[in-house]
Amino acid sequence: MGNKQTIFTDEQLDAYQDCTFFTRKEILRLHGRYHELAPHLVPMDYTNEPDVTIPLALIVSMPELNENPFRNRIVESFSEDGAGNLSFNDFVDMFSVLSETAPRELKAIYAFKIYDFNVDNFLCKEDLEKTLNKLTREELSPEEVTLVCEKAIEEADLDGDSKLSFADFENMITRAPDFLR
Amino acid sequence: MPRKSDVGAKIEDVGIEIDGDVSDSEDDTSRRRGNRRPTAGRGGARGRGKKPADEDEEDEEEEEAPRNRRGANKKKAAKSRDTDDESEDDTPKRRQGRAANKGAANKKKGGKAQDNDEDSEEEKGNKRNKKGATGKKGKEEETKDKKGDAKGKGKGKEKEDEKDKKKKKNSSDTDSNTNSEEESMSEGEMERLKEEVEEKKKVIAIMRNKPWRMKRRLVHLKECQEFVDKFEGALGKGKGRKFYAYKVMMTKKWIKFQRDFENFKTTCIPWERKIKEVESHFGSSVASYFIFLRWMYGMNMVLFGLTFGLVVIPEVLMGLPYGSIPRKTVPRAEQSTAQDYSVLMDFNGYCKYSVLFYGYYNNQRTIGLLKFRLPLSYLMVGVGTFGYSLMVVIRTMAKNADVGGGDGDDGEFTFAWKMFTSWDYLIGNAETADNKYASITTSFKESIVDEQENQKDENIHLRRFLRVLANFMIICCLGGSGYLIFFVVKRSQEFANRDDLSWYEKNELELIMSLLGLVCPPLFETIAELEEYHPRIALKWQLGRIFALFLGNLYTFLFALFDEVNNKLEEEVSIRNASIWAQKEYYANFTLYNNDTDTTPPPMDPSDVIRGPCWETAVGIEFVKLTVSDIQVTYLTILIGDFARAVIVRFLNYCWCWDLEATYPSYGEFDISGNVLGLVFNQGMIWMGAFYAPGLVGINVLRLLSSMYYQCWAVMATNVPHERVFKASKSNNFYMGLLLLILFLSLLPVVYTIMTLPPSFDCGPFSGKAKMFDVIMETIDLDLPAFLGTLMGYAANPGLIIPAVLLMVLAIYYLNSVSEAYQHANAELKKKMQMARDEEKNRRNNTESTDQVMKDLEDLLPNRSLLPPAPPPETGADNKADQGGKSTKVRPGTAGKDVNLQKDVSLSSPNPNARGAVTRPPGPRGPGPLPGNGQQGPGGGPGRGRGRGQPPPRR
Repeated sequence: MGNKQTIFTDEQLDAYQDCTFFTRKEILRLHGRYHELAPHLVPMDYTNEPDVTIPLALIVSMPELNENPFRNRIVESFSEDGAGNLSFNDFVDMFSVLSETAPRELKAIYAFKIYDFNVDNFLCKEDLEKTLNKLTREELSPEEVTLVCEKAIEEADLDGDSKLSFADFENMITRAPDFLR
Repeated sequence: MPRKSDVGAKIEDVGIEIDGDVSDSEDDTSRRRGNRRPTAGRGGARGRGKKPADEDEEDEEEEEAPRNRRGANKKKAAKSRDTDDESEDDTPKRRQGRAANKGAANKKKGGKAQDNDEDSEEEKGNKRNKKGATGKKGKEEETKDKKGDAKGKGKGKEKEDEKDKKKKKNSSDTDSNTNSEEESMSEGEMERLKEEVEEKKKVIAIMRNKPWRMKRRLVHLKECQEFVDKFEGALGKGKGRKFYAYKVMMTKKWIKFQRDFENFKTTCIPWERKIKEVESHFGSSVASYFIFLRWMYGMNMVLFGLTFGLVVIPEVLMGLPYGSIPRKTVPRAEQSTAQDYSVLMDFNGYCKYSVLFYGYYNNQRTIGLLKFRLPLSYLMVGVGTFGYSLMVVIRTMAKNADVGGGDGDDGEFTFAWKMFTSWDYLIGNAETADNKYASITTSFKESIVDEQENQKDENIHLRRFLRVLANFMIICCLGGSGYLIFFVVKRSQEFANRDDLSWYEKNELELIMSLLGLVCPPLFETIAELEEYHPRIALKWQLGRIFALFLGNLYTFLFALFDEVNNKLEEEVSIRNASIWAQKEYYANFTLYNNDTDTTPPPMDPSDVIRGPCWETAVGIEFVKLTVSDIQVTYLTILIGDFARAVIVRFLNYCWCWDLEATYPSYGEFDISGNVLGLVFNQGMIWMGAFYAPGLVGINVLRLLSSMYYQCWAVMATNVPHERVFKASKSNNFYMGLLLLILFLSLLPVVYTIMTLPPSFDCGPFSGKAKMFDVIMETIDLDLPAFLGTLMGYAANPGLIIPAVLLMVLAIYYLNSVSEAYQHANAELKKKMQMARDEEKNRRNNTESTDQVMKDLEDLLPNRSLLPPAPPPETGADNKADQGGKSTKVRPGTAGKDVNLQKDVSLSSPNPNARGAVTRPPGPRGPGPLPGNGQQGPGGGPGRGRGRGQPPPRR
């Protein structure tokens, strides 16, 4: 026990618990996982908040993300520099949002960010095409892709600007029966 | 990249703000006013503020801009325009304004204590400029966030800013300063501070829900906490102060305790990792079964605690020991075989006369030193089991319904939902992922085909026909199996009177039922393939059908049981007389042999007493037997159907003529519907049987526990992911609904027996009473004060009960109508939204058409039609360039804004080119195609959206 306590101070743990949906133990476990990814980079002692980041390539190799078609986007949208390098804070943040207990609203925000491939805060057609191609491993023909994207925009676009703003997205996604976790 | 995204964020920032406005207010004009106001206001502010000379030029332009825009607005007012574009126009403007203001504001800032909305915004702008890219983004998000907040957004913003200021002051000022400030606080300030502290606390509480970067969250949290710490103590005065401090401390402690408790609770959730592992391999549908299993385990643990804590253990500890009275002793006739394995496996012999069954309990009113009222407790636990189960199931259902919220109409967002929500983020296994990809692709293709053939009806007819056919076949199957069971039950009743039965004839009923359970579900599944439902819906149908099948079985079984019970009851009457007679005989014989009428004879050996059939124990044994055989069948099915199959497929594959793994036998899939139903029915058995066999609950707990490990292992070791991996909804209310139904169904027979059938005369806690619930009456009469008894008597009066029932019915009716009204309102709102959406679309189309008309009209103007189309754009571009140049000149004054500036230019310049012709006609009014004006026109058309979409690629 004593060994574990030195990774974070109590205040840090409390702060993390205030800011995430995790319990103390889970945060320590997350640190363990983070440390595992790059043992030579990540110190075991986080009391002085070292400025360490882990590159995207290592993060996406985690089994939790390995099979996810959007893994790069997920990591990118949670990284502070936008390039996929995650500090421990970002790392915790990511799993907090992805965790079961996070509310739908928060998930919707980040889902929007994840699907927004070109980071312009709108889901335009290119974004949708990319999403679709990732989802289907590019097994649909270009015409089909276009059709689906157009349909999707038509369905969800409330203000009629032929791209999805966050409001559109939220309205659509929060009513989806599948958008649960 | 970060730099660029910064620009993007900047632009979109404003866009989003405006979006928020759009969704917030309905009135177009007010919206426009709202948009314009800040600009104008800022202009005014600038007017009175002192400015550097080089800003003058820009200011002029600035002032010109609103005017023009106003003109444009007026012009467009009739056409009721989309504000988005305007906001776009505003974007550069605002930014300019902010930039220009920066200098002035910076100068002013020091001395300013009181701030109004405008200033705060400026300040925010400044801050934003100063902060790095991420900071900006964060801020932007915050703004967004605030917009979304339920409380008045303007107010919130103001407050936040105030707070920011305060914070700044606090940090910059010396501590003593703050302290002195504190001391001289007036009532009002105190109130305000209190409010702020509350606000901060709220912020802390919802910190985790904010879409901020973790670092920002941490920093913000720290600030808030410091603020709260600092000022919380300062609130309250004199005596109140101490009390307040104490209260604060206690709340803190309480929060800490809550958190620790929460931590403790999550560590107590069993099998979390196991389930997660399964989840990542098989998707959430399979995991939903295990979650359900865990939930059942939790519920059964409580039932187990109730039953064992209040009935079984008191009986074991304080009740009479085995062999003391007839009901606790194996009859002499059975004693020779009572320990045989086969007898014990049938729960006869020693098993029958043990605490596991109803008959063992004595009808002594109180037992032990503690005067524990066992019969009463027995009845209460029996009723409490149902009460608790009902409560838990309904509460879980209500909670799930609350979480669900997925009330979207099917078909409204087919593609969008498919696109954004079809991936199961929990998948962490390559094979499952492959299947998932494949299933997503197919589902997309299917919906594309659907979309293309939407108009054609034949397909639908065919499908309908197939569905009807499938249902017909399944009903036939159900009827057939129902008849089979009926037939077998009849036969078994005939057999019951005979002794020369073969093993098959003895177990015919169980065998047939198990066989039906094995054969029918796959049959249904095959038939269901005709229907082509989405797997999730198909699963529900499948569950419903198997449920119907099992229900038939169950009720046939129950009727058979009731027949048996009635027979036993008849038998009992004669036995009762016989046993009384035997008793008399015994005494008579005793006196006869000993010739001693004075000494009381020693009591008869308990194993010799003639006893009744004790139908309760018989029923209990039936249920226990059924449960145990169910466990055996389930486990054997897994062992043979999954494990043996997997072993064969795996190892025989090396020496077989075809590929076993890929083709025919292959590995098994996890049968969700079958397992869920098995669990549900098992639970039904428990509920029905628990009253007559308290030990059944213990058996069930063991079963669930072992099943958890066993099935987890089996699914991981032998099964392959489903071909069509689909997500189960987290709110497994369907399972719960089934459970509730079975609960009601199992409630009926038990309550019926408790209320109507007379208990056996010589076994069980209620022996000697006319009805089981008499024990309650007895308790009321004997143990409670008399007035309570009379009170109860009044309460049980039909004159009171009927009004109470009526009242409840009325309440239900009222609530029902209220919820209906809400639903109606909901539907109405939905309709309105749809209408608004359509209107928006129409408007868009209309603007396009009017634009087209305008264009044509313009083209018809004499001088225009003569001119080649090229020149006007040129002048426009010129103008634009001019303006661009100007603004670039201005820009340098605004540090760190270069990127934005370039953005502006790039944003605005293309428009005049495209738009020259349209803005032109009202020629005199729009001489300088300003960025705002220029963009507005095309915005109405379909190009508008594209115009907005431009920035990203350009970057």
